[in-house]
Amino acid sequence: MDLLNALVALSNFVIIPAVAYGSQLALGALGVTLIYGILRFSNFAHGDTMAFGAMIAVLVTWWFQSMGIGLGPLPTALLALPFAILGCMALVLITDRMVYRFYREQKAKPVILVIVSMGVMFIMNGLVRFIIGPNDQSFADGERFIISVRDFKAMTGLKEGLAIKTTQGITVVVAVICVALLFWFLNKTRTGKSMRAYSDNEDLALLSGINPERVVMYTWLIVAALATTAGVLYGLDKTFKPFVYFQLLLPIFASAIVGGLGNPLGAIAGGFIIAFSEVTITYAWKKVLGYLMPESLEPSGLVQLLSTDYKFAVSFVILLIVLLFKPTGLFKGKSV
Amino acid sequence: MKKLLLASAATAIMAGAASAEEIKLGIILGFTGPIESLTPSMADGAELAMKEVSESGKLLGGTTVTPVRADSTCVDAAAATAAAERLVTADGVKGIMGADCSGVTGAILSNVALPNGIVMISPSATSPALSTAEDNGLFFRTAPSDARQGVVMTEVLMEEGIKEVALTYTNNDYGKGLADSFQAAFEAAGGTVTISAAHEDGKADYSAEVGALAAAGGERLVVAGYADQGGKGIIRAAIDTGAFDTFHFPDGMISASLEENFGDEIDGSTGQHPGTDSPGVAKFSEMVGDMFDSTSPFTPESYDAAALILLAMQAAGSVEPGDYKAKVMDVANAPGEKIYPGELAKALEILANGGEVDYVGATAVELIGGGESAGNYRQIHVEGGKITTTKYR
Repeated sequence: MDLLNALVALSNFVIIPAVAYGSQLALGALGVTLIYGILRFSNFAHGDTMAFGAMIAVLVTWWFQSMGIGLGPLPTALLALPFAILGCMALVLITDRMVYRFYREQKAKPVILVIVSMGVMFIMNGLVRFIIGPNDQSFADGERFIISVRDFKAMTGLKEGLAIKTTQGITVVVAVICVALLFWFLNKTRTGKSMRAYSDNEDLALLSGINPERVVMYTWLIVAALATTAGVLYGLDKTFKPFVYFQLLLPIFASAIVGGLGNPLGAIAGGFIIAFSEVTITYAWKKVLGYLMPESLEPSGLVQLLSTDYKFAVSFVILLIVLLFKPTGLFKGKSV
Repeated sequence: MKKLLLASAATAIMAGAASAEEIKLGIILGFTGPIESLTPSMADGAELAMKEVSESGKLLGGTTVTPVRADSTCVDAAAATAAAERLVTADGVKGIMGADCSGVTGAILSNVALPNGIVMISPSATSPALSTAEDNGLFFRTAPSDARQGVVMTEVLMEEGIKEVALTYTNNDYGKGLADSFQAAFEAAGGTVTISAAHEDGKADYSAEVGALAAAGGERLVVAGYADQGGKGIIRAAIDTGAFDTFHFPDGMISASLEENFGDEIDGSTGQHPGTDSPGVAKFSEMVGDMFDSTSPFTPESYDAAALILLAMQAAGSVEPGDYKAKVMDVANAPGEKIYPGELAKALEILANGGEVDYVGATAVELIGGGESAGNYRQIHVEGGKITTTKYR
């Protein structure tokens, strides 16, 4: 019984939140890594692209809600997601036309593109705040829990409760679907293959007749879809606030780099590594150990490795260690 | 002829009005930032006092007062300092009602008020550190220090029979100061604080913080944060994971958005914020009517802060901060005739005739020590999703 209690407490406070957070990071990191692999620069505007996509989803959700359209127990935002993806695609294509294409034709160095993407980031950041304001917006509706603490306790009779939020469940399911679709696309379709070829060797790809502008366009479309999905899932699970997406940029980049920039599989692994390390290293193990250990050995302190103040430091320490020993990341990405 | 008379009469009035001075008072509050839902009614409160004084026409022979608002942002000391600098140099304000949060208040005090010799009365900065800050007698506050709030919180929790709490605070001067003073008071009274963990504002994800708080355990979670910021995220995560059912809220958490966001999910929670049941409150809310929310935290304090500046000017017979700063304590405390909200005209007249006043105002102001309120608190509990007054202490 104690073992079960320990497991439940651990799942409730560590495993479930970390899996949901990890999925969101992984989707974000996939976008960053695709841009890096194919367009060859670190896109700092990614966090704000997520915010823009999520913002459209929020607006469309409100519109649907006002018309009484809903999905019953599921959040209406899922219905709004396709519209948001389309809106976000339009935004990134316009940005590419107006900004990035100019530098691509100049064959600008990656570092210049990075700085350009920072400029784009500030503009998108301002745009989102201008349209929806800087405040928290709530747009989650439908059933809040798949299983709530009270129901779980009544069902199992355990002392510890377990809650799984609907949004956490949806996050994981949608993330799995997205990743599966992305890998199918990259490995099986003609366009996907030409994208990979372009990423491996640009000149060779051009010689074999791949149209670079098409590859760039498809990359942006996929990135917009991934960014919007990640943004909406994050906003649903936590809260939609423009500034939060800007801050999310750091853990997303950490995930992509730890996994190996340019490597999609690495981005997913990186997302989960960062999410789990942030939560587990700052978790106080007192309760779990209290269940597992005999009474005489029960810890009196909190058994916390690091105070939660250092949550963000954790991802960077991991980033540093990985870069020191495996400069191309865990899954052999391109060297930075 | 008639027209000429009217015209000359009008000119005479204009001339008369022009000869009486027009002064400006700064209102520097966080109109954007973590307590932006509280500040509009605070500013309205302060402006109400200025309007009352201007309309009475009794301040220094008919001087009128114009408020100038500025944004302290509550968290960004550099932005707040720049805003205050603008008030003093560009607008030429004769006193500042503000700032709101403890960190920016300290910054404005040392960077702007001290060098320029401007009087500041804060309605809501509660950090104990401000009691000992160097101020040349220029800084006052109508809110009590958190050293006092820590003691009141302890009393509330002890009376509820709660001996073990987990504590989380927003990582700034306000949160840290309040958490420390509460922990000291609570432990001295025989209680246990199982964990004292900081949280950052403006994040979306608080699962790590709540995980640690839940593991440490406790009968109640004390959240010394902001209702529109991290405090909200912490409570949401704590309720969702079933880590805590009831909470204790200090002043920064008690706002209308708390009811909106959580409703009856936090039933049974307790809290306190500066407030009083002196007749002043009733008079204040009667006077305010529907103009704005007079019960919003720190709104009566803001009225009192502005009123004190103006009464001190009258007592000193000068609008210069260097002259009237010494009079603030005199008008706030006994002896003298008790002054309630809406009676500023009466107070101005008494002072003009050389009498003395004891300003009670909306919050039963009594300045002690280096010029801070002695502190009355309103104890609340959440019942049926509504913030309900338990009693006053």
